[in-house]
Amino acid sequence: MLKVRYFAWLRQRVGRAEEEVDPPREIATVRALAAWLGERHPRFAEALAEPGVVRFAVNRAYVAEDAVIRPGDEVAFFPPVTGG
Amino acid sequence: MTVRVQAEPFDAAAEIAAFLAGRRSSGGIASFIGVCRDEHGGTPVSAMTLEHYPGMTEAEIGRIEDEARRRWPLHDVLVVHRCGRLLPGEPIVLVLTASAHRAAALDACAFLIDWLKTRAPFWKLEETAEGERWVDARDSDEAAARRWQHAAA
Repeated sequence: MLKVRYFAWLRQRVGRAEEEVDPPREIATVRALAAWLGERHPRFAEALAEPGVVRFAVNRAYVAEDAVIRPGDEVAFFPPVTGG
Repeated sequence: MTVRVQAEPFDAAAEIAAFLAGRRSSGGIASFIGVCRDEHGGTPVSAMTLEHYPGMTEAEIGRIEDEARRRWPLHDVLVVHRCGRLLPGEPIVLVLTASAHRAAALDACAFLIDWLKTRAPFWKLEETAEGERWVDARDSDEAAARRWQHAAA
């Protein structure tokens, strides 16, 4: 099982802030997980299709798209940040 | 070394006084205060809500602080950042740095806010007469963060 979290307008597009998911074993990277989630949430897939719009974090640290995910990880997807 | 993300307003003067108290070897203290504005791109803004990622936001600011300490000889750093709903005129963020001399304190303070703006997970939702809108990331902020790519003390 993985915990997936969404933030800001991505959260609104998906329609939820977080979910527990159990993807098939071949879903081994953040990129693969994002594509798999996109099949369940079409508006998330739309955001993923725009280059550079979606940022990725695993266990509360930024990672690249090819980062490996493991059971129990917390994976977060969010738009570019606008704090400060 | 302190990083705080809080819904409550903060008193910048009181934070600075506490930061200065008992400090005898820091000859330079630099500060930055970011304030909620009442307009954005010509559109009046009546309030904004700052969303964050509890746990990651604090950790990421901590990593930015670690990077600042690698680059400059800092005695101390304080970052306080609001979350939740803010009104125009309310401080959003306070960054304080202390070093023996002003150059390190000033440069580290600018570095901290530049990197915070492009890396720390916060998202601004503005309230306007036309409704709510998410603030877009600005290219100028990315450029400001990039200027530190090769800079060091």
